[in-house]
Amino acid sequence: MMSDKPVADTIELRPFATFRAMLWRELKLAFRRPSDLINPLFFFAIVVTLFPVAVSPLPDVLKVLGPGVVWVAVLLAALLPLNGLFGQDHEDGTLEHYVLSGQSLVAMCFAKIVALWLVSVLPLVIVSAVVAQSYLLPSSVVPILVTSLSLGGYSLCALGAVAAGLTVGVQRASALIALLVLPLMIPVIIFGARAVSLAAVEASLSGALDMLLAIAILTSLFAPIATAAAVRISLE
Amino acid sequence: MWKFFHQLASPPHFYRLAGLFAPWLLGLSLVGIVIGLYGGLVLAPADYQQGDAFRIIYVHVPSAYLSLMAYTMMAVASVIGLVWRMKLAHAVAAAAAPIGASFTFLALATGSIWGRPMWGTWWEWGDPRMMTELILLFLYLGYMALRSAIEDRNKADRASAVLAIVGVVNVVLVHYSVEWWSSLHQGQTIMNEDARMPTSMLAPLLIMIFAFTLFFGAALLQRLRAEVLEREHSARWVGRMLAEEQPNA
Repeated sequence: MMSDKPVADTIELRPFATFRAMLWRELKLAFRRPSDLINPLFFFAIVVTLFPVAVSPLPDVLKVLGPGVVWVAVLLAALLPLNGLFGQDHEDGTLEHYVLSGQSLVAMCFAKIVALWLVSVLPLVIVSAVVAQSYLLPSSVVPILVTSLSLGGYSLCALGAVAAGLTVGVQRASALIALLVLPLMIPVIIFGARAVSLAAVEASLSGALDMLLAIAILTSLFAPIATAAAVRISLE
Repeated sequence: MWKFFHQLASPPHFYRLAGLFAPWLLGLSLVGIVIGLYGGLVLAPADYQQGDAFRIIYVHVPSAYLSLMAYTMMAVASVIGLVWRMKLAHAVAAAAAPIGASFTFLALATGSIWGRPMWGTWWEWGDPRMMTELILLFLYLGYMALRSAIEDRNKADRASAVLAIVGVVNVVLVHYSVEWWSSLHQGQTIMNEDARMPTSMLAPLLIMIFAFTLFFGAALLQRLRAEVLEREHSARWVGRMLAEEQPNA
C-alpha cells in the first residue's frame, strides 16, 4: 500500500530540523492537554500511598521499602502515556504523513522519545523527590534517587516507544505494552533501586549509576531505529 | 545445491520434506533420551557433594540450553524474515516460540526443584541466572502475545520479528550472568578445564543434550507443518494434496 521510499527523490533530508520541529509539536500538544500530564502523577501518588497502608506504616519498614516502591511506582506511572504516543497520530492519519514525508522517521521517533521523557518522566521524578521524604529516605540520597530515576525513566521511554510502535493499530494495547516493556526493564530496576538502597546506607554505589547511564545511551542509539522500523511495519 | 535451498523455501516442498524428517527425528530423539536417562539415572555415580540430587541436570541442562537456542533461532529467523522477506523464516520464528517457552519453563521448574534441597530455597530472587531466565520466559510470552494481538499475519510476522531482535540482549545476559555477577548458580562444567565432570557423568549429559535437540527439531518441524498449512490454506497445492490423501472426502 505504501512504499518505504520517499515520494520524490529530490527532498532534502534535514534530520535536525525534523527533530526540533517534532519535539516542539509534541511538547505543545502535551501542554494543551494538561489532564494527560497530571493523571500519571495522581496515579503515582496513589500507588505510593497504598504501600504503607497495605504493608506497614512502621518507619523501619518504610525505610527498606522506600527506594523500591518509588522506583516501581514511577515505572508503572510512566507506562500510562505510552499507549497514546502514536495513538492519536495514527487515528487522524498524521502518522502516515510522517512516514510519507520523506524526512527521517528515526529523527521523529527520537524526538518523540525525548518529548515523552520531558513531559512524563521528569514531573514524576520531581514528585518522587518529595515522596522519598515521606518514606524517610535521608535527604542526602535524594540526588541519587533523582539521577537514577531520570536515567532509568529515559530507558523506559525509549523501550516503551518501540513497544508503542509495534502495537500501533492494536485495540486495547496498554496491557500488551506493559507485557512487552516490563521484562526488559528488570535490569534497569535492579541497578536503579540498588543504587538508591546503597546510597541510603552510605555504601559505595559500585557503578550502578554508570550502568544506568550506559543502558540509557545504548537505548538512545537503538530504540529510535527500532521504533521507526516498528511504525513502518504497523502502517503497511 | 542452491536449487535445494530454493526448493526448501517453497511451502509444498518444505511441507513434504518436513513430513519425511519429523518422524525420524522424533524416533532418534526418543532412543537418545532412553539411553541418556539410563546412563544418567542408573550408570552414572552419585556426586560426592550433591548425592543423587545432581541427576536432575540430565533434564535441566538440555532444557536450559534449548531455551536459549530456541530464542537465538527465533531472532536469527526474524532477521532473515525482515531482511530477505522470506515467509518461511517468519513461520520458523512463530513455531519456535511456544517450544522455546516450554523449555524455559522446564529449565526454571527443574532448577527450582533442585534448588530446594541444595540451596534451601525454591526460588532465589537475588540470583542473576534465575532472574534472566525468568525474563526470557516473559519475553517468549510477550512475543506470543504480540503475535496473537495483531490480526494481519504479515504485520504480525514483521512486528514480532522486531520484538524478537530487541529481546536478544537478554540471551547474552542469561549466558554470561554467572560470570558477570555473583550467582548461586554454578559455572559450567562441560567445557571447563578446571572443573571437569567424569566421563560417566558427562557422556549421558551430552547424549541428553543431543537427544533434546533432536526432539526440539522434531517438534519444530511438526509445528512448522501446521504453520505452513495454516498460512497456505487457500493455496492450490493444499487442496490437491488433501484430495490425494483423502480421495473420498
